[in-house]
This record gives sequence, structure tokens and C-alpha cells, in this order.
Amino acid sequence: MAEQERIQKTRQQESVDAEEAIRVDASRHDQLKNDLDELLDEIDEVLEDNAEEFVRNYVQKGGQ
Amino acid sequence: MGVAKIIGLETEYGVSGGTGDPIMSSSQLVTAYGHLGSYINWNFDDEHPGADARDARRFTSVAPLIETHIANTVLTNGARFYVDHAHPEYSGPEVCRASDAVLYDLAGDEVLRRAVTSVANGFGGQDALVIHKNNSDGKGNSYGSHENYLVSRDVPFDDLIAAMVPHFVSRSIYVGTGKVGAETDAGLRRDAWFHVSQRAEFFEEVVGLETTLKRPIINTRDEPHSDSDHYRRFHVITGDAQLSHVGIFLKVGTTALLLAALEQFGPRVFPASPENPVAAMRAVGIDTTLATSFRLTDGRLVTALDVQRELLGLAELYVANCGGGLVGGDDEARLILSEWRSILDDLAGNRTAAADRVEWLAKLQLLEAYQERHRFSRSDPRLAAISLQWHDLRPDKCLQSRVGMRELWSREDIDRAVTAAPRDTRAFFRGEVIRKFGESIAAANWDSVVFDLHDGVLRRVPMMEPLRGTADLTSNLLNRCESAEELLRELGV
Repeated sequence: MAEQERIQKTRQQESVDAEEAIRVDASRHDQLKNDLDELLDEIDEVLEDNAEEFVRNYVQKGGQ
Repeated sequence: MGVAKIIGLETEYGVSGGTGDPIMSSSQLVTAYGHLGSYINWNFDDEHPGADARDARRFTSVAPLIETHIANTVLTNGARFYVDHAHPEYSGPEVCRASDAVLYDLAGDEVLRRAVTSVANGFGGQDALVIHKNNSDGKGNSYGSHENYLVSRDVPFDDLIAAMVPHFVSRSIYVGTGKVGAETDAGLRRDAWFHVSQRAEFFEEVVGLETTLKRPIINTRDEPHSDSDHYRRFHVITGDAQLSHVGIFLKVGTTALLLAALEQFGPRVFPASPENPVAAMRAVGIDTTLATSFRLTDGRLVTALDVQRELLGLAELYVANCGGGLVGGDDEARLILSEWRSILDDLAGNRTAAADRVEWLAKLQLLEAYQERHRFSRSDPRLAAISLQWHDLRPDKCLQSRVGMRELWSREDIDRAVTAAPRDTRAFFRGEVIRKFGESIAAANWDSVVFDLHDGVLRRVPMMEPLRGTADLTSNLLNRCESAEELLRELGV
């Protein structure tokens, strides 16, 4: 294999690898976004109903 | 000469619900949980919280009042569970490793959960109690999570001050659990929406004996609970109460290594103190950009990350020279160093990645995502509610447990630590005699167990050395003895 050809092959492989990496990255990004969306849905469900009252009523005595 | 860094963590929890009276609620928790086993009273004979590590001539603050502690008990895992002021407090057993300090701190959270269930079963007809592991109520009331480290008495107290202030000012970048909104006069003047540290704005002095007012960065309480000729118990009151396993590990591991380095090298190799430590600590405590700089007494302008990198370098030098024997072994020391380096690298370069260990960052990311989804203003009470509910110990309510932070211990490990004491300190003897001979114990505390064989004489077994009473030294004896009488006879008490 001529040197030129080998470099070309390597470059082709590199660009395939890069595309693959971008695809993996994008799917990981989608996954993270889905996880976050699910988490935000969950929070809508479990967050104390009357947030203002909940925060106002949380009063503690000072400690150490 | 350095000494093993025996470690103990204390947490005062927020309590609400029930009758609405926090002292009553805290007493119910301790009493109901204590009576699940043999309720062992705490022995106050050896307590001296007013003893000050400084010379009398520099005595600038008054000793705290000794209070009537209403409910106060000792558990089979070696911990103390009691009412302090108006909070339930769990003081974990003595351990030799930062990773075990994490385990027994998490076991404390589980003790509180079980105590809530016991109260619900035992005191019907009132609202369920709700426990938060946090450090303030958002209205200017703070309660502590304290760390204790055994330090050689050879280290002058002034050296502890000189060496450790830079660490306590800067470590909030991975210790902070974050909160929405300021609540002290000093904090309100800064007007930050989100705080990195819950505790930082409550600190007003550099050095002092107080823990409830005018809180100092370096607390001078000198009550070693061990042989005072050889040991100090360095009582650290600056940290946030964390749920993140790695966060607790870093808080404790870095501090233990730096104290060992101080014993070895002295204070001169440590970074200079900030010119104004209180102002620097508060500035770091609200700085989500990590870019805030402050001036040191040697004239340099530095960020918290700069100081932490220098301290890490010092700890690496210490471990390279002395190994990890005083912090629980070489593997433990290497783990502290690698986690420390990795968190500083991530905080500097890839902050999103650090959110699986650093609580304030994970909380901030959640708040920002939620705010963006609903297009709330920053003053929307739902954001403050998320910040508070983050710390709710109820599994179905706790928000911290939903964001996927890295864990070091499994559910099973934690459950085991709720009842079983650490094997490598005197906590083993304390926990085991309570488990085995609870009916014959009148009271116990950190450095003694008092037996009552119901013959009119109280017999005290002293435990002034934290590294004695281990499983290696006492498990054969404890297995061999069928009764407390036999045990005391063998001990010659």
C-alpha cells in the first residue's frame, strides 16, 4: 500500500470514528436530557403542595 | 509526633411536625428509639464543655451554660443519641477512617428515620415528625454538624489556628450543601440568590469558645474525652451536614490528612491565613462562580481553589513521606488524595461532572433546570421549597436522593452500621457491652462505661485510650463472658 493511500485510509477511519463519537455523544446527551425531564416531572409530583406555606412554616430554634 | 486521627461526626437535625414543640419532639425521638433496645443513659460526670484550649489571659468569650439534657442515650453502634437545645442530635462512634465516618454518619440518618417510625407507633394522635438534615431554617436560625479529630497535645493551639483557618475558609467549595437566600444581617447585605454554604454566613469570629452565638471558625473547646496529657479533640463547627457520600468523605478526609501534616511538618508549610478570614469565608460561601479572590497575610490574592490546590500538594507531600498510617492506612490515604484531586480538577474545568459528588452544585443544577422549565422568577417560593425539601430524610420526599449522586456505601452496609459498632476503636467495647449486657449498665459516655450489678455498687470501666477496646483486643473476652459479673471480674474492676 502506497504511503498516500494508507494516510487516506487512516483519515477515513478517523472521520468514521469521529462521527461515531458524535452520535454516541448526542445519544448520551439525549439520555441525560430525558433523565432530567423525568426528574423534573417527579419533582412536580413530590414537591410539597403549598410551597410558600411550607417554606414559611419551617422554623427551627437555633442550635450549636 | 502524630497520633491516629480518630474521627467522630455530630449532626443536629431539623425537626418539625408532631406537637409543634421541638424539644418535646426531640425527646420523643430519643426516648422511643432508645426503648427499642435497652435504654442506656448518658453519663455526664466527665463533661467539661467550658474548658478553653487558649490561655486564660486571652479568654474573650463566656463558657456555654450546661443545660439539662432531657433525653440522652447510647446505642449499640457506639453512638450517642440525644436532645441538644431543641434538636435531636446523633454523635457517631469513634472511627479510624474518613470512609467509616461517612458510614456512621449515614447510619445516624437511618437512626432518625427509625426513630420517627417508633414515635409514630408509640405516640399516636399527633402529626408525623419530619426530619431535615440541614443547617438552617432560612430565617436566621442555624444548627450544627460538627467534626472531631484526635490531635497530639504536642501541637500548640496557635499552630492549629494558623494551619487550619485557610482550609475552613476554602473547603466550602466541596463541603457546601447550598441554599436559596441569605438569612443573617451579614448575608442579607451581600444579597446572593444562591449560597454555596448553609453555614458560612453564620460565622462571626476567627477563634472562640462559643458554638451557638458569635460562631468562630476555630472553636477552642478543650474537652478531649481521652487522656488529656497526650490528646486534644479538635472540634470543628464550620461544615455543612451532607447527604452526599463523597462530600462527607472529602470534608473529613482532607481535614484529617491536613491535621496529620500539621503534626509532622508544623504550621510554616501551610498557606498564609486570609487577611480577613471571616469575610473570605462568607465570600466563598456565596460564590457559585468559584472566581472570588481574597488576600492572604503574605500579600497574595487567591481563590478558594488556589488554596485547596496548595493544601492538596501539602497532603500529597505528607503521604509520600509518612504514608497513611494515621488516617486509616495507605489505601485510605490514596483514596482521599485521588478524590480530592479529582474534585478540584472538575470544579475548575468541568463543573457539571462534579455534581455527582458536590451537593450545592447538584442542588443548583436542579434549581436552574426547574426554573427554566417553568419560567419561574428566582423569588418563586417553589425554588426555596426545593432547596429545603432536598434535605428531607423521608425516602419518598428527599430530593437529594433522586439526582443520582455517587454512593460509597450500600443500603445493607448502612443498616448494619445502625446497630454494629466500628471494630477498630473503643466504640467496639462500648457498643458490644451495651448490646450484650445492657441490663447491667447504669450509664456510659465516650470514655467510660458504668456497670450496675444491682448490688448497691456502681463499677466504672474507664476507656481513656480511643485505640483500646477494639475487636482485636476485646472480642475474645466479650465472647467468653456470659455475664457482666464475669466480665468485670476478668477486667479486675
